[in-house]
Amino acid sequence: MKKILLTTVALAMTAGIAMADSHAKTIRLGTEGAYPPYNFLNDDGEVAGFERDLGDELCARAELTCEWVTNEWDSIIPNLVSGNYDVIIAGMSITDERDEVIDFSDAYTLPDPSAYLAAGEIDPATSILAAQSGTIQAAHIASMEGATLVEFATPEETVAAVKNGEADAVLADKSFLAPIAEADADLQLLAQQELIGGGIGLGVRESDGELREKFNMAIQSMKDDGSLNELIKKWLPEAELF
Amino acid sequence: MFPFCADPEQLDSLRWTLCYLTTGKHMNLYWSVLTVLVLLGITAPVALSFGFAGASAARSAFAPLRWFGKTYIALVRGVPDIAFFLFFVIALDQAIEYVRHRVLCPDWSEPVRQGNDFVVCQAAKMPLGEAPQWVHETYGFFIAVLTFAIVFGAFAANVLFGAMRAVPHAQLETAAAYGMSTRQTFWRVLVPQMWVYALPGLSNLWMVLIKATPLLFLLGVEDIVYWARELGGSKTPRFTDYPHGDWRMWYFLGLLVFYLAFTRVSEIALDRLMKRLTHGQATAGGEAQRKAAA
Repeated sequence: MKKILLTTVALAMTAGIAMADSHAKTIRLGTEGAYPPYNFLNDDGEVAGFERDLGDELCARAELTCEWVTNEWDSIIPNLVSGNYDVIIAGMSITDERDEVIDFSDAYTLPDPSAYLAAGEIDPATSILAAQSGTIQAAHIASMEGATLVEFATPEETVAAVKNGEADAVLADKSFLAPIAEADADLQLLAQQELIGGGIGLGVRESDGELREKFNMAIQSMKDDGSLNELIKKWLPEAELF
Repeated sequence: MFPFCADPEQLDSLRWTLCYLTTGKHMNLYWSVLTVLVLLGITAPVALSFGFAGASAARSAFAPLRWFGKTYIALVRGVPDIAFFLFFVIALDQAIEYVRHRVLCPDWSEPVRQGNDFVVCQAAKMPLGEAPQWVHETYGFFIAVLTFAIVFGAFAANVLFGAMRAVPHAQLETAAAYGMSTRQTFWRVLVPQMWVYALPGLSNLWMVLIKATPLLFLLGVEDIVYWARELGGSKTPRFTDYPHGDWRMWYFLGLLVFYLAFTRVSEIALDRLMKRLTHGQATAGGEAQRKAAA
């Protein structure tokens, strides 16, 4: 009896190893799911948006099996590095600080200007400004003389802070703020914009050079046949085309 | 969900509400309620057994076991929950993967730590990279149960340790005088009597455990607070069929009612349990029960 049991266990274990080798690896795409139109959860609770369409298309072109995972913004880089998922696709601008910890693919959007959303005309230079923590916008406000930075964990809370008067304006990607300004009569975009950040790219582990190459080739092929521009037109009407 | 939900803009408010409350996203909220209840249902007994083991170890006559028990109680109780949750879960996950990596991929030449990256071979991934999402979620859930059990087990161990010492010493001496061994005294005299002293402390812990479940989100499990925040946030018409303003207040009000109702039910159940445990005990409560019956 014991022997049979042992053999079964041994068989099961070798089978497990064999399966792991023969199956193509599933690439897990990590996103925030709270930053429309880039990525958000639709009414069915599934990841949707520009990056959902883009990610699915990139995986198809790179012939990878992909799966979507949501993770909160604050810990999105640590969880990539420790291997909980393989790619960050979360509207993350390519910056030098982040590049020291992870690697970026080629940019799949041109730099999107950051805009201010406020309840009325204000001067951003001397105001209380809300931004999501760990973003290029938060870093930009921190470097502004005279402006006060209030940070929030989610994009949603930064907008709520302006509505309830906790902050005078929110600084975020224009593509994120434009639909909100459109839907809410009390809020408007200021004419002043900030050109920060260097376009959005996929984040991958520094040790994952091969995966990065595959995605770079897929991004390039989407740029070449214009399908990336189609997606940008559909989801990010404010953004520039390649 | 319902056939008339196809075009929400055309609906009257009652049917709109009905459709709104049955979107896939809301279903996730209802599932997460279940997740929380299951977590509590599994964690409570596991934490209690950790506590029992810890307390027994802490009063053991064998010195290393005693040191282990006391260190466990002191260490885990002293570290802030959030720090423990963040550190322990990542460390535990990496430790499991590291061991599997050593066992399953002996001929792997690259280092596991490459700069910031933690890289193990595919077969050592836990769960395996190609496993469906629900396996990842279940794995995360059980890591959460284990973490909760370790944290709350330390507090329970301290409560039980105190309760074991509160059992009148004369009882233990009498047991010894009757010729019972240490083991017999422990199981037949000490353990049955200690619960009545332990219950007030344990019921406290249970209440704290109920309220600590939102920490689940730190561990990557999407709990009710996460979904309440996600659903309550204002929604612009371009990205949803059910646009609305900032409704977080209402969702959090719902959570408040849920947690209050839950703790109230727990209180009633714990009161009953206390009455049963007090029965026949040599405590003030047991004495009062005896007099009332007479």
